[in-house]
Amino acid sequence: MTALDKTKEAELVARVKAGEEVACARMMTWAERGDPRFAVAYDAFHADLGRARRLGITGPPGAGKSTLVERLALHWRGLDRTVGIVAVDPTSPFTGGALLGDRVRMGELSLDKGVFIRSMATRGVFGGLARATDDIADVLDLNGRDMVVVETVGVGQSEVDVAKSSDLTLVVLHPGGGDTIQAMKAGLMEVADIYVVNKADRPGVDRLVQQLTDILDVRDIPLQDRPPILTTVATEGTGIVELAGQIDASLAEREADGRLAGRRGENLRRRIRRIVDGRLRQDVWELAGLSERLDQGTAGLESGTGASVSAYGLAEEILSDYRERRHGETQA
Amino acid sequence: MEQPIRVLIAKPGLDGHDRGAKVVAAAMRDAGMEVIYGGLHQTPEIIAEMAVQEDVDAVGLSILSGAHMTLFPEVKKLLDAAGADHVLLTGGGIIPPDDIDALQAKGVGRLFGPGSTLVELVEYVQAEVGRRRAAAGSA
Amino acid sequence: MSIMDGTATENSSFESWKKAYDSAAQRDVSFETVSSEPVEALRTADDIEGTDPDADIGLPGQFPYTRGPYASMYRTRLWTMRQFAGFGTAEDTNQRYKYLLEHGQTGLSVAFDLPTLMGYDCDHPRALGEVGKCGVAISSLADMETLFDGIPLKDVTTSMTINSPAAIIWAMYLVTAKKQGARLDELGGTTQNDILKEYIAQKEFIFPPAPSMKLVVDTIEFASKEVPKWHPVSFSGYHIREAGSTAAQELAFTLADAFAYTEACIERGLDVDTFAKRHSFFFNSHVDFFEEIAKFRAARRIYARRMRDKYGAKNPRSLMLRFHTQTAGCSLTAQQPLNNIVRTAWQALAGVLGGTQSLHTNSMDETLSLPTENAAKVALRTQQLIAHESGVANTIDPLAGSYFVEDLTNRMETAANEIFDQIDELGGVVEAIEKGWFQREIGKAAYHFQRELEAGRQTIVGVNKYVENSEDDTKIETLYIGPEAERQALARHKAVKAARDESAVAAALKRIRDDSRSGVNMMPAFMHASETYATLGEMVDVLREELGTYREPPSF
Repeated sequence: MTALDKTKEAELVARVKAGEEVACARMMTWAERGDPRFAVAYDAFHADLGRARRLGITGPPGAGKSTLVERLALHWRGLDRTVGIVAVDPTSPFTGGALLGDRVRMGELSLDKGVFIRSMATRGVFGGLARATDDIADVLDLNGRDMVVVETVGVGQSEVDVAKSSDLTLVVLHPGGGDTIQAMKAGLMEVADIYVVNKADRPGVDRLVQQLTDILDVRDIPLQDRPPILTTVATEGTGIVELAGQIDASLAEREADGRLAGRRGENLRRRIRRIVDGRLRQDVWELAGLSERLDQGTAGLESGTGASVSAYGLAEEILSDYRERRHGETQA
Repeated sequence: MEQPIRVLIAKPGLDGHDRGAKVVAAAMRDAGMEVIYGGLHQTPEIIAEMAVQEDVDAVGLSILSGAHMTLFPEVKKLLDAAGADHVLLTGGGIIPPDDIDALQAKGVGRLFGPGSTLVELVEYVQAEVGRRRAAAGSA
Repeated sequence: MSIMDGTATENSSFESWKKAYDSAAQRDVSFETVSSEPVEALRTADDIEGTDPDADIGLPGQFPYTRGPYASMYRTRLWTMRQFAGFGTAEDTNQRYKYLLEHGQTGLSVAFDLPTLMGYDCDHPRALGEVGKCGVAISSLADMETLFDGIPLKDVTTSMTINSPAAIIWAMYLVTAKKQGARLDELGGTTQNDILKEYIAQKEFIFPPAPSMKLVVDTIEFASKEVPKWHPVSFSGYHIREAGSTAAQELAFTLADAFAYTEACIERGLDVDTFAKRHSFFFNSHVDFFEEIAKFRAARRIYARRMRDKYGAKNPRSLMLRFHTQTAGCSLTAQQPLNNIVRTAWQALAGVLGGTQSLHTNSMDETLSLPTENAAKVALRTQQLIAHESGVANTIDPLAGSYFVEDLTNRMETAANEIFDQIDELGGVVEAIEKGWFQREIGKAAYHFQRELEAGRQTIVGVNKYVENSEDDTKIETLYIGPEAERQALARHKAVKAARDESAVAAALKRIRDDSRSGVNMMPAFMHASETYATLGEMVDVLREELGTYREPPSF
């Protein structure tokens, strides 16, 4: 084994394919950090992707997502399918640090080599969360995992985007978890392919199911296209077999009628757009050195000694600097 | 961009006194690290597995039970066997000086006893991970 | 009277004191307790204006027992000096007990090792490296018999620090006593058996909260019928405090736990006065002298009021809170360990002034290892010095009526009541545990204290002040528990298993499973199984299958 840091892209790809955990973990780190070596490696393996079934699971905090994922994974292991899990938790906006505790919630999976769990913080990833989770899910696919789950807390648009970037999106809610209004605000309702009402042994479960039904009524979705609503008690394992069955059925149906291929194409387009967006941003701020331009233009503002600056004016100046510089490069 | 340090904090063995582990985890988070909290009552096998999958820079173990001479070497051995010999293994607890020497001779990093400060600990992990990353030529 | 200007009239007013105080220089420190509660420079009669001397303070042995549970307190009997001890094999610990009893200790207190606390036999793979390290290893009745060999159990009281498998360990103890010829109704002692605080603080749990509570109620029921002099549960704040809580949190969380058990027993159909009279408590005595005394006094008052008003207890013994105190292990330092003797001395004094019924004083070397014989002796002597030289045991509750102490006591009660309200809002103790609320609150307090310490706003001598950076700083003789204890325990365990009647063991384990399913009281089944030398691990394994195991939700 070559030391990981000296490993060439092709060799690492081979080691990931061979199922080596430490290689898989390092490839994920490259992905997470936006290491240029990941793009090189990706070119070498993208044609091998697409075997894994990808699920996005999201929902408000406290809905029991991790336990649900644990139970689903145990169920799939019983069917001899291998599993990869990406568990995303928020980064502290104040310190840039994060405490990632989802592994503990999935304790029963800890020693099963058929399950690979990776925890991820929302920030500190280069080029956006969804870019990184897509890449990491790809690594799990390359590593031969049959089922790949990306779990996020459904609190904001970027987390919801992550959940959407999958073959099938599950939205997990729980009674007593506040109004469905909150979930709607977070944009959760639109992305669900399956609703899971977890903690269904608690009071208020019927009301929650009714609320969901009402919302779907209002949205006037034809009956056959409606996302099914399932109830579970993940801590007890209740409803897991049914949920897993529904997941398989939904995937099979989508594969048969071409919706799965369409969705994957759509996801890929969105992903390329995200990569371009990310690169452009990096190009402007880092490569062309325009962060400095911003600093100069706003010098003294923080200490209250600078002159008033037009936000639009300065932005336009920075952009025209950028265009000029780019123009110069293409000329040369 | 400086990549955040990833560290796994866990308690191997049967002892449940997690005050130290939790305070350290919070301090590391507040120092900008990504802390994977591995929880209580973990076996060396589970800890090594978590460290590998999470590709952490460092593993910090809290051991107050007196089982350190069994647990630290076991985790180190498993990390090495999994190809994760680059990971810094450090920790703290009630560990007599002679035992600390013996563990360091086996490749374990600095170990922090009672009265150590969070600042010391955070600075040590930052410096040691920085050194290892630089030596490996990675960012 | 002022020495400054000789006029008496003007200077006797509060205002002029205030003026003089405000104009005086002040040391540049934060005047706060170790729990970060602000402390005023002076308390006066005005600050306890609302305190009724009869209804709130009262007299010793009278409701609300603020001044102590008994009328005569230490004038009749000193507190029980109960040093917690246990290490290595049952033989090793048996020797230490005999040593302590010879030196004037008046009660035994058993520390078990981690495998025992977690329900594993010494030969379980997870026990590797932990056998006999933090306490004594008890894997079967045979170990229990050795532990108390030559110590007549009807003549001593024994406290056992055991929680998740408490019912089983207690069953082994009861069988040992019976084999010595004792009757159950003459046995006195305490099993800690407070599972709620395990989820909250000490984290040595096995089963989920609900079935664990059921086992606790089984022991309470069994004690009230068969072992009437036993304290089946000791509601413990000690570990909550060690985990980093504040004094008020320790007080409130512990009492909230006690009330939760009380409610569970009432639900079982037990009359509150049949079991509450055997309730006992276990508190920490930390470094802040007066805050601790106030905590103990407030504990008695809150408890008496709630037991009477909320749970309808009538027997005075159901209303009086009696407690064991241990000095704060977490306050001890590895640096300059001799200082720990002094810290422990005033913490012990706070316990005595707070009216404790029994006391453990920590040994100076406990941050480094389990205590050596010598260190354990100094710790015991500390209590004897307080008892026989300081004079504090001559009178009852000498601090009553102190403006400062009464005000602090009132504030403790208020703080605790606020916390009870929060717990109620969360849906009760078990619900709050499952939400990780207690764990999060304690974690926040612990982190806060550590940062205050590192910022120099809290002081620990030898750690962040008067530091000696020499190698000898922490040099002290320590007790080394080698791997021999583990080897000996394993050999013995093997021999015990080889000699027993396997079919009797199997039948006894089956009875445990059956009884667990039918929901009857488990104590008879545990005692029966102990007699067959079924091991702790075997019994707990059956329960693991039947009751499930608990995993803590991570909470920060």
